[in-house]
Parts: sequence; C-alpha cells; structure tokens
Amino acid sequence: MGERILELSGIYKTFDGMDVLNGINLYIEKNEFLTLLGPSGCGKTTLLRIIGGFLTPTQGDIFYRGKRINDVPPHKRNINTVFQRYALFPKMTVGENIAFGPNIKKWDKKKIDRDVDEMLELVSLRGFRDRDVTTLSGGQQQRVAVARALINKPDILLLDEPLGALDLKLRKEMQIELKRIQQESGITFAYVTHDQEEALTMSDTIVVMNGGKIQQIGTPQDIYNEPKNAFVADFIGDSNILCATMVRDLEVKFLDCIFPCIDRGFGENAPVDVVLRPEDVILVPKCENLPSGEVVSSIFKGVHYEMRVDVCGETIIAQSTVNCPPGSIVSLRVDPENIQVMHKSENSPDRKKITSDEISEVEI
Amino acid sequence: MKKNACLIPLYVWTAVFVLFPLAIVIYFAFTRAGGTGFEFSLEGFSRLADPMYLGVVLKSFKIAIISTLVCILCGYPAAYILARSRSRAKFIIVILMLLPMWMNFLLRTYSWLSILENTGIINTVLASLGLPKVRFLYNEGAVILGTVYNYLPFMIMPIYITLLKLDESHLEAAADLGANPFQAFLRVTLPFSVPGILSGVSMVFVPSVTTFVISQLMGGGKVPLIGDVIEQQFRVVNDWHFGSALSVVIMVIVLIFMHFINRGDVESGTGNGGRILR
Amino acid sequence: MKKLSKCYIGLVLAFLYAPIGVLMVFSFNASKSRANWQGFTLDWYRQLFSNDALMSSLYTTLLCGFLAALIATIIGSMAAYGLAKNKGKKSTLVLSVAYIPMLNAEIVTGVSLMLLFTLMGLDLGFFTMLLSHITFCIPYVILAVLPKARQLDWSLYDAAQDLGCTPTQSFWRIMFPELLPGVFTGFLLSLTMSIDDFIISFFTTGNGVSNLSISIYTMAKRGIKPEINALSTIMFAAILIILIVANVSAAKKDHNKSKRSMRI
Repeated sequence: MGERILELSGIYKTFDGMDVLNGINLYIEKNEFLTLLGPSGCGKTTLLRIIGGFLTPTQGDIFYRGKRINDVPPHKRNINTVFQRYALFPKMTVGENIAFGPNIKKWDKKKIDRDVDEMLELVSLRGFRDRDVTTLSGGQQQRVAVARALINKPDILLLDEPLGALDLKLRKEMQIELKRIQQESGITFAYVTHDQEEALTMSDTIVVMNGGKIQQIGTPQDIYNEPKNAFVADFIGDSNILCATMVRDLEVKFLDCIFPCIDRGFGENAPVDVVLRPEDVILVPKCENLPSGEVVSSIFKGVHYEMRVDVCGETIIAQSTVNCPPGSIVSLRVDPENIQVMHKSENSPDRKKITSDEISEVEI
Repeated sequence: MKKNACLIPLYVWTAVFVLFPLAIVIYFAFTRAGGTGFEFSLEGFSRLADPMYLGVVLKSFKIAIISTLVCILCGYPAAYILARSRSRAKFIIVILMLLPMWMNFLLRTYSWLSILENTGIINTVLASLGLPKVRFLYNEGAVILGTVYNYLPFMIMPIYITLLKLDESHLEAAADLGANPFQAFLRVTLPFSVPGILSGVSMVFVPSVTTFVISQLMGGGKVPLIGDVIEQQFRVVNDWHFGSALSVVIMVIVLIFMHFINRGDVESGTGNGGRILR
Repeated sequence: MKKLSKCYIGLVLAFLYAPIGVLMVFSFNASKSRANWQGFTLDWYRQLFSNDALMSSLYTTLLCGFLAALIATIIGSMAAYGLAKNKGKKSTLVLSVAYIPMLNAEIVTGVSLMLLFTLMGLDLGFFTMLLSHITFCIPYVILAVLPKARQLDWSLYDAAQDLGCTPTQSFWRIMFPELLPGVFTGFLLSLTMSIDDFIISFFTTGNGVSNLSISIYTMAKRGIKPEINALSTIMFAAILIILIVANVSAAKKDHNKSKRSMRI
C-alpha cells in the first residue's frame, strides 16, 4: 500500500440543477496509475477538473496529504494537467511551452534550461526545442503537453483523454509511451478515458464510473474478470449479459437451462444477472441438454470469427477460431468458472449493448 | 477578469451615449413647445404631410433607390469578375477599390465638381473640340452620381466576399446536370450571392437616403433631401421638434430596412461584413 | 471575354480614381484654378505648413482620432471579451444595442448626441466631439475583436493557471496575445472612421473647433483652397506607403515561414 496523497470524500457536483457527480469517495496513492473510465457524460472529466482546481465541488471535500484544498486555486496546487486537446500555447516554441511553468515560478535560468532538455529527452523529442508547436504532429504535441506538465514535478499528473485525438496506431504507441514515462518519472497519474482497452493496458487501478457514481474500483484483472454489475461487465469488453435466476448455490438458470457455476450465497431462486464473455461461449453441435439456436451472422475478425446466435429470443455473441456459417443450428456450452454471476443493480436494466464505437464521442 | 465586469463600460457608455440620446430625440419628436413647457404633440409628423416636405421625402427615396440600383448593376459584375478571377492581381485590385475611402469623402466628392462644372475638365475638353458645353451639375443626376461614387465600394465588397465563398464544385455540379453557364449563374450563383447583395443594399441605401452633404455639393442646394431638412432644423431654424420627428422617421425606415435585410442576424456579422470596410 | 472583364474592372477603377487623380494633379497646379493647368508648382505644399487654420484642424483630427480609437478600443475589446463565451439571447440583445451607432443613420446619431450635450449643458467643442467619436467607434472595435474572442481556446486559460499563473497573469500572458490582432484591427478601423467622419462631428463640435472634414465643408462653400488638396495628397500617399510596407513585410514573413517549414 502506497501513501494516500489525495482523498475525495462525498463529492457532489451540480450544474444548473443537474447532478453530475453523486457522492464520489476515492483516494489516489503515490506512484500509481489510476484511470477514471466511463462513457461520455459519466462525470469523469468533471471529477478530474475538481481535482485540478478548475471546479469546486457543490458538496464534499478534497484532501491533499490530509489538508483540505477545496478552495485552493489551480495555480497553487502541485497538480498539473495534460488537456484534452493539449492546450499548447500557439505563439510559443516547444521549449518555451515546456519552460512556461518554471518561468512563472521564477526558477533559476540554468536549471530551467537543463530541465527542459531532460524533459525533451524523457518524451523522446530531443532536437525539437525551437520548433513551432503548430508544426508538430498530434503525437508530438501530445508529448510536449506531457513534458510541459511533468517539468513542474507535480505530485499528481492529470490526463484528460489525452489520446482521444490520435489515430489508432499512434494511440497504441502512446499508451506504451505514457506508461513508460509514468514509470520513469515516478509521478502519480490520474487518467481519464472512455476507452476500456486503454484503461486495461495502462492502469494500476481502474475506477469505472457511470451516472456520476463509482461503479467499481479495482485492478484491470478484477474489473475484467469479476465485474461487480451489469454496467461494468457491459462496458468492459464485449459481453453477453443475461437475466438469470440463481436456483440454489452452484446452480444458475438462464436461456431456459440450468448451468453449474462456482458462485454461492445469493439465496434460492434469486434474480441475478450473468455475464458471459464471447470468448468463453463455446459453440458445439446441437445437443439436447444445452440451449440451442440458429447462427444469424458470422463475421471474420482476423484472429477469430464472431458469431451471433439467436437463443430463446436473446442474441448471444460467441467468438471462435472455427466458423459456424449463418443458418446452422448450434448449442452453447459454458464452463462453470466462466459464468460470472452478479447481483441485479440499479444501473443494470439497460440491456442495450454499449460498444466502444457508440461512446467514442469526446466528452466535453 | 470577470466576464460580466468586462461588459460594464459598454453598458454604461451605450446607455448614456446611445439609448438616452435616442430617447431624447423621440421625446422631442412627440412634443412641441407649449405655454409652460413641452406638451405632447404630433405636429412634427403632421407637418410631413406638407407637399413641400413630402416631396423632399419622396425625392430622397427616389434618389436612394436609383443609386442603390445603379450600385447593384455596376457593382455586381465587378464583384463577380473579381471573385471568379484567379489572377494574382485581384487582391491588389480589391485593395485599390477600398483605398479611395481613406481619402476624405468630401474632398473626393468636391473633386467631381472640378471635372464636371461648366468650366471643368470635361467641358474644357469639349470646348477645345468645338463641341457645346454640357450642364452636368446641380440636378438629380449629379446627386445620384455623387452617391454612387461614394457608396459603390460598399456594394462591391460584400458581394465579392459572398461570391468568394461559392464553391466551384456547385457550378461544376450544375454544369454536370446540364445547366449552361447562363442557367448556372441564374440558378446557382445569383441565389448564392443574395445575402451579399442585401448587405450591400443596406450599406448603400441607408446612407444615401440620409445624406445631406452630397446633395449640397453635387446638387448645389437645388435638390434638398431629408438629411438637408434635418440639418436645417437643427443648425439654422432651431426647430428641434420637427427635426427630431424627421429623425424618428429615418430611424423607423432604417429599422424596417434592417429587419428585412439582416433578419436579426447580428451574430454572424454577414450583414455588417462590408460595413467594416468603411 | 477575358478582355471585356479586364476593361470593366479598369473602368470601375477609373471611375473611383478620377476625382482623386484630378485632385492630386491640381495640388501641383500653379494657379488656383481647378480645371486649367498652368504649370507645376510646390507652392501649395509650402503654404500648407504655414496655414495655421488647416494645421490646427489636422491636429484636432489626429488627436481626436487617436484618443477616440484608444478609448473605444479599450471599451470595445473588454466588451468583446465579456461576450466571448456568451452566445445566447443575451449576447444577441447586447450586440443589437451596441451596434446601433454603426447601423443607424449617421445624421440621427449626430443629432441625438447634439441634443444630449446641449441639454447636459456641455459646450460643443473638442470634448463633445471626442465623446461622439468614441460612441460610434465602439461597435467597430467589437466587430473586429469579437470573432477573435469567440475563437479563444479557453483550455489555454486553464492550462496557464495549471502551470502556475494567477487568473490575471493567464489573461495577459496567454489570452490577450491571442486577441491582439483583433484589437489592433479595431484600433485602426476606429482611427480611420474617426479621421474620415464628417456628419457626426458636424453636429457635435462647435466654438471654432473643427476637424479636417468640417474645414473642408466650410471651405467648399467659399471655394476649396489648393492647400487642402496638397494635404490630402500627402495623407493619401502616407496611407499608400503604410499599406505597401505592411504588405511587403507580411509577404516577407510568409516567405520566411514557408522557408522555415521547408527546412523542417
């Protein structure tokens, strides 16, 4: 357990009568890479701006190393931000942008000079010092923005969807790059994104948010393998979420069949949700004891095929390296340890699949 | 800096030097000097029914409308040619069209007198050729020439700016769909340039209908317009009530005009795009 | 067709420049005549500088223009900045009212201000003229600055504070330089409007204080003195030179920029 450097307690934020944050409790540990993950409008950017000091919470307190900092303005907080569209100062060179903070704080000129070079080295932009920032590519601007923030040696670096404007390939590169920078600099990162894959790749801790509330906090493994509710399961990766009944311990009924599972303690005949990851749904030739249905579509995805199967009025997504052509009748098999049983939650009745395409819209 | 605090100077200034003065004009327009003070009266407006003043108002309109039409007819081709030109010289020409505005308009107008008067350049040339002199000045035509001369760039510029935004592909599409160049112009270019024409009209018509200097110089006082009457009321006769009533009439005309032209579109600035050039 | 177009543009330019050309040529004419050329002279240019009335109205024009532009630029730029984030009904209303002096007939603006000053008991003169000029210049400044203000990237303002600036520092270091081109345009526009104004000045000055336009108007009734042609020629030439210099330096800058990006 690291030292808790920032603690949020009971944060509420209301804009024009709209509750954007609903009682957020969260702490950030020293040196961790924490990601706030959620669809647009879930309040993650608002939360980040509260931490940065650009907004004050309507209710609740922020503690920085034990001191309440609700009313401390941004320029007095030892927290720096990498903004969504970088917010580089257009009239300054790369070097001037990076040296901006130290110049304001009137550091020693020689130290500034040395540190700027060090930062350029860290973000792999050696030799770019005198370049005009407007001539840089998106990825390069991104690196300048990171360097400009990091030179101030903040206790926490806030990153607000920093990779949103980059294309896919560059985004992957920058993910690895940012993780490396974080590890090399040893600075705590608080990262906002709506991209679950990004969150899973980079984070030490993921905070899944929806509707201004925290849905789950955990390591990437926790979040992926043991989503606490249907929202988290749905948001993290493709998944089949089904209404089910916990018949008794170790037995759960869905798609009109009873499956053995490894969960217990839900009570008898309790309504629950189950999550089946597409890669865990195994398609087998038609078999009496298993739910069966017709394959409605099959798409080749490179590594595997993705099939949609109509079973009892539900569409189940399954992934397999073996193709089952549309029209064929198949049965579904799921291993007990791959059935994730969850309590029904208030946020779960939304059965609509949220895919990453639908939420790629940038949150403002 | 608080955003709203930034607006305070504007609010104060506008209230004191724009709204309050207009209120005074309206007050004077609806009153007359009575025994003890000012009393409500529509006398200022009823005097407008006097054939003499009515004639002046109608003549002002006639001259402004003709000037505006002439500006459209002469200005549109120029704006069109410039906008469609790919020549490098076009930006220089645009600057050349604006440049005269940096010379005092009274002097420029006055200079027309040297060209047109009975002993002026044209008549001197005519005389040396043995031709009879022509009387150019001190009639409506001269006043129209003066207004067209002064306001033509205000017509050309907004049309030019609008036409610049016309995407070549629209015309190509029209041609592709079988329109000949003339049809393409009528169906695509002309409708597209309507906002430019309208803002040009507002910039030419309003100053034309209210001018008083051009009519004095070019018309030699023989073609009095509303502006001249207002000027007399305030500077010579000192009848503030009648002068204010005339000003209110002008304001109403401007308002009606702006309503039709701009449709309240202050934000985009298209309606004022050319005004900036003044 | 091409030739026809060129001829037409030439014709329009000839129409616009005919009186200017005549005026300039006759500023070198040895006689006072406005139509007969009697030989070349620079006398009018010499006499111009000893013509106290003309020099004083030039001084009045420039001083009034400079002060009016300065004050209008301050008020107008602040207003544009204040309206930058505001696009709703309120801003439409504020702008409609603020633009009145620009859209209204000048004669009405002039008359209304004259009534105001008279009723306030102010003597018409330089001060009242200055107040009037500020009034009609403010809308032009707003018009010039508002687009820049609307384009402001507010995350830059946040970023500056994030990096240690106070809100005031963020404004002056980061936001103001972004507005500056608009502010500068607004100032120049105001200066031009003020120097060229006749109608509003005509109603709001008095007591012998007159700017160039009014002097010209007064003279026009008795015959224009060739000195004023000389003065206008000088002013026109000055504007021309400023424009050429500005364009050449802008072109050079562009050239350097493209060179720089080539190097990259």
